[in-house]
Amino acid sequence: MSDIAIHVQDLSKQYQIGAHLKKQNFREALKDSFKKPIRRVARFFRRPTMNESEEAQMIWALKEVCFQIKHGDRLGIIGRNGSGKSTLLKILSRITLPTSGFAEIHGRVRSLLEVGTGFHAELTGRENIYLNGAILGMKKAEIRKKFDEIVAFSEVEKFIDTPVKHYSSGMYLRMAFAVAAHLESEILIVDEILAVGDGRFQRKCLNKMQEVGNEGRTVLFVSHSMPAVTRLCNRALLLDEGRLVGEGPAHEMVRTYSSGGLNYLSAERVWQNPQKRPGGEVAQLRAVRVKKEDGQIGDMVDINKSIEIEMEYDVLKPGYILLPHYHLLNEEGILVFKALDVDPDWRKRSRPGGRFTSSVLIPANLLQEGLYSVKAALITIDPMIIQFYEPDAVAFQVIDNNDGDSARGDYAGNIEGVVRPLLKWTTSFSPDRQHLSK
Amino acid sequence: MRPEIASIRIEPSRGWVSLQLREIWEYRELLYFLIWRDMKVRYKQTILGGAWAIIQPFFTMVVFSLFFGKLAKVPSDGIPYPIFSFTALVPWSFFANGLNQASNSLVGNSNLITKVYFPRMCMPIASIIGGIIDFALAFSVLIGMVLYYGIIPSGHIIWIPFFLMLAFSTSLGASLWLSALYVKFHDVRHIIPFLTQIWLFATPIAYPSSLLKEPWFTIYGINPMTGVVEGFRWALLGTDTAPGPIIIVSSLVALGLLLSGAFYFRRMEKTFADVV
Repeated sequence: MSDIAIHVQDLSKQYQIGAHLKKQNFREALKDSFKKPIRRVARFFRRPTMNESEEAQMIWALKEVCFQIKHGDRLGIIGRNGSGKSTLLKILSRITLPTSGFAEIHGRVRSLLEVGTGFHAELTGRENIYLNGAILGMKKAEIRKKFDEIVAFSEVEKFIDTPVKHYSSGMYLRMAFAVAAHLESEILIVDEILAVGDGRFQRKCLNKMQEVGNEGRTVLFVSHSMPAVTRLCNRALLLDEGRLVGEGPAHEMVRTYSSGGLNYLSAERVWQNPQKRPGGEVAQLRAVRVKKEDGQIGDMVDINKSIEIEMEYDVLKPGYILLPHYHLLNEEGILVFKALDVDPDWRKRSRPGGRFTSSVLIPANLLQEGLYSVKAALITIDPMIIQFYEPDAVAFQVIDNNDGDSARGDYAGNIEGVVRPLLKWTTSFSPDRQHLSK
Repeated sequence: MRPEIASIRIEPSRGWVSLQLREIWEYRELLYFLIWRDMKVRYKQTILGGAWAIIQPFFTMVVFSLFFGKLAKVPSDGIPYPIFSFTALVPWSFFANGLNQASNSLVGNSNLITKVYFPRMCMPIASIIGGIIDFALAFSVLIGMVLYYGIIPSGHIIWIPFFLMLAFSTSLGASLWLSALYVKFHDVRHIIPFLTQIWLFATPIAYPSSLLKEPWFTIYGINPMTGVVEGFRWALLGTDTAPGPIIIVSSLVALGLLLSGAFYFRRMEKTFADVV
């Protein structure tokens, strides 16, 4: 028995984009509505030729994609909108056929491209559980066996015999996910479903997904949430414009993707050419680097380790009091903090010409998991003049290996928050029961 | 341990493909749930509910009796006109409603088709089977009416399931064509009401087929619903329309329609999710 769950070879999918996507005004639309039927009918009786490119523009949604997934792998599929992620899932779910190439799937597949597929508003919660379960491929006996579990997970016990059209959108989603979460199959294909519901429910879904992964089932997971991908998946595929551009450990792919999205990010940036260095006649930025605790330059930092960010710059004109500082932004673009140089050695002291390196140490267990970009700047005060400002100097990623030493403790789910400091906890305890009655 | 691993290969298909009827059988539970859903939903939020299954053919019968029977004095093979036309309208309603719903089934369920895999043929099949309950309701009223008119059906009544199967095959065959065409050409939506109306008058419902002389009578059997309607009259009312050559022609046409529809449907199936 081979341990390959999915084997994909040269998989391509071509879509036709009709001319109807062209914008047109009302008069043109009216004119078209008379002219088009005649042309269409005429074309119907001829054999279509590829030359009619004004009508039929072809695009490759997926182009020669090859990969293999082993049983038990949890594979994230990442890429920008329109990169082919959903097309790939649709082919693997047998909803649409590829134009060329093939995919071999060994094992029972259930796919979940949408929560609540086939839910009918007029039917009750109970009826919809059966209907939706059947649509997702469950047998009636299987649904009956898991019914109570599904209802409990969805937290809609009281309304189970109410038509779902009276449900709040939250209840609806909970119920829909509950059915999906109880699918039994060797291979589970999931598209972007965690983007729904409130934070608490998203967490619940994520935990459930993690459970599924831990059971040793094969999971294919598409998401735009990079933290979700790094947490749920051990491996990832990176797609861009229908092509497979990367394959490997999930956090590496997430980093590649994120840096690709922001188009320059890396742990080190050096301006070799003096003409291009940020800055002016007072100071010029030469380099910015992210260093890990061991002093190595690196953009993957363990949440339990400190991070050092350094900027190297030349002071060309002596006699100024300089203030280097950094801005740290998270992947949502939120400014996490600004760090201003408070080094007592150079504070309020005018600097001679020469090369300086200003480093700041970010302690371990302060930052949240995720991606960070760093802005580096140097100003003079009195009067305040920006000497250089590099908005996208470097970027790095903080990862949590779930080894139990971080602020997450033993909790495996998503932990929100802009920062994630490891704080000191103390517990006092008194075994004396009478203590309570006092 | 996995006892056995089901392997599938997903690759482009070209040209004509096999019908894969076994797969539809494997998905019979889904078929059941789709039928069950349609039943549950059809008469929700209606005052008269399931009574609509009876009212529809019944009032058509009243209108026909008034205009064709009383005013136009259309002959009815010596049988009271109301029961003559109602016997035909009951299987006709089953056929026409099934055709209408099944033809719309793919486009109407596009949310399922673009999100979940199942043999697409389940959709029109479920729509037509769902009409059987409506048929059963109308049929019981029909039996009541037959007895009310003092007609005792002969043993020929055992042929009813056969004629029903014939109506089913015709309805499904035509729906397979129309539903698959509808996915690509939304013109079909505008064609269906026409088609059913023309088909209604091309079938001896308001008038007896005895108005036609041979060989036209047998040629008329190309419309399988002729065989169904005259078969119902023969089995229930004892008219002189015993299944002869006409029923063979009807059956062959129905079978041809069903097979060609099924193959066409399977051929087009692969593009449904992309164009619906």
